[in-house]
Amino acid sequence: MKLYWKYILILFRSQMQYRASFWLLTLGQCLTPLSVFAGLYFLFERFGQISGWSFAEVALCFAVIHMAFAISECFGRGFDLFSSLVVSGDFDRVLVRPRGTILQVLGSKFEFTRAGRLLQSLLVLVFAISRLSVEWTLLKGLTLFLTIGCGVFIFTGIFMLVATLCFWTIQGLEVANILTDGGREMAQYPLSIYHKWVARFFTFVIPFGCINYLPLMYILDKTEGNGILYMLAPVAGIVFILPCLLVWNIGVRHYRSTGS
Amino acid sequence: MITVNGLHKAFRVAKRSSGLGQAVKALFHREYKVVEALKDISFSIEPGEIVGYIGPNGAGKSTTIKVMSGILVPDSGTCSIMGYTPWEQRVSYVKHIGVVFGQRSQLWWDVPVIDSFELLRDIYNVSEQEYRSNLSLLTETLELQELLGIPVRQLSLGQRMRCEIAASLLHSPSVLFLDEPTIGLDAVSKIAVRRFIQTINAERGVTVILTTHDMSDIEALASRIILIGKGRLLHDGSLQGLRSQFGTRKTITADYRTCHRPLVIPGASMLSWSPERAQFSIDTGETVVSEVLAVLSSQVELVDVTIDAQPIDDMIVQLYKEYQLS
Repeated sequence: MKLYWKYILILFRSQMQYRASFWLLTLGQCLTPLSVFAGLYFLFERFGQISGWSFAEVALCFAVIHMAFAISECFGRGFDLFSSLVVSGDFDRVLVRPRGTILQVLGSKFEFTRAGRLLQSLLVLVFAISRLSVEWTLLKGLTLFLTIGCGVFIFTGIFMLVATLCFWTIQGLEVANILTDGGREMAQYPLSIYHKWVARFFTFVIPFGCINYLPLMYILDKTEGNGILYMLAPVAGIVFILPCLLVWNIGVRHYRSTGS
Repeated sequence: MITVNGLHKAFRVAKRSSGLGQAVKALFHREYKVVEALKDISFSIEPGEIVGYIGPNGAGKSTTIKVMSGILVPDSGTCSIMGYTPWEQRVSYVKHIGVVFGQRSQLWWDVPVIDSFELLRDIYNVSEQEYRSNLSLLTETLELQELLGIPVRQLSLGQRMRCEIAASLLHSPSVLFLDEPTIGLDAVSKIAVRRFIQTINAERGVTVILTTHDMSDIEALASRIILIGKGRLLHDGSLQGLRSQFGTRKTITADYRTCHRPLVIPGASMLSWSPERAQFSIDTGETVVSEVLAVLSSQVELVDVTIDAQPIDDMIVQLYKEYQLS
């Protein structure tokens, strides 16, 4: 962990070599999702509500997903850009250092400019909370934190899965954006507005529902009966990372036997 | 120290074919051919040796280095380095080796060299005391003092290579793998890098395994060479051994007082002749140098004679031809 911190420190110093680019990118990262959010606003302006979800409620969902995405892009960028590591042959370098591959790949890149996206989603979160007429309790606050935290695990897991694909094919990884960017776009709305099968896929295969729809029901007092299951749904995100780690290790083994 | 026994490694390579039709077909069904990168490679290396590992492009040099540094898992065969099997105990094994890939950097591009060194210290878990003493030794022998504060991207290739080698030695490895360490360097930097490799080998007893295409590297550094081609081991022994086996041709250049009679020397083939100077080559396996000189001095009044061994580069080319590698 200490070592990871040192990796980040050296990357931060590298980033600071290019200050202007850093500020511009950060600003850009802040504005892009803002325009998406503006779209959301006008949508609700016109229709009032979607499937019983009000604007503030959807904004909360939006903020949670975007925060999770921004944080995982910050930390998991090494996996996101992993194909370049394989193409340049620098993954060999990773293998001749006496540390785990996951730590080293995570430490190979840290996207500081995603702070812009994070800031933007934080503002949306504050906005949503101020507009919601929800009685906040300690448990609800904890659930919110848990939801964001587990969202990070899910997105990072997806990044890892996509990165693992690089061991087999370098090209055609654009397809994988369906899962990352597509998943994010899907999950910024409560999943209950979609078709049943879509909601099921994103609950049981890739557990976006567990960090979006289910815990929000609890926070927004929409549950019937026991809320504890809804509250703990985000834990599924942590469970999701386990098969991803497994697949990653299979990928590394494949790489070491084929060298490509 | 290092024992490699019967290494085999084959890769499956997708067949590339030309033409649009073939390309479309390849989308659905790919044909593979098996390329044997290593075939029954065996050798052993004693501690403190400098070994030149040479062969033409695609001979399997990099594959061997990758297997020995724990990156690749071979299909069969054993390899024991300091008691470790590289590909099995990767993490504990790589603490004891240093690897320099001549064409790729291991330093962080945008920060001063010293920052990279400090991060490497933490990655390898080097104690502060060991780090200090290694750093001061390396700084001194490689003359890095002025370079440490400069971002890597501003260094020249020669300066960077010195820093790369220093970086791979910070954790006091017992074995150092150098994959084309002098590629692209100018003469001055090459000599500096070579001298340093010698120093580190003599003072620390570091075993060095070096791949290169530059035969003068081998001549300057390696007392022993291992030659491979098409995945097979062709020669393992001293450079002299290789010379006496294959480099038996010598070139004799003679300067003499003007003499218009053509020279007649049995057992030698004339390369050039003029009234003042003649050049011919002999095979020391068939003709004895002193006899040639005796014949020569009986025919002309010699002013100067030089005898050149065949350049090692020519020898390698000849060897490749002999084994039909190129």
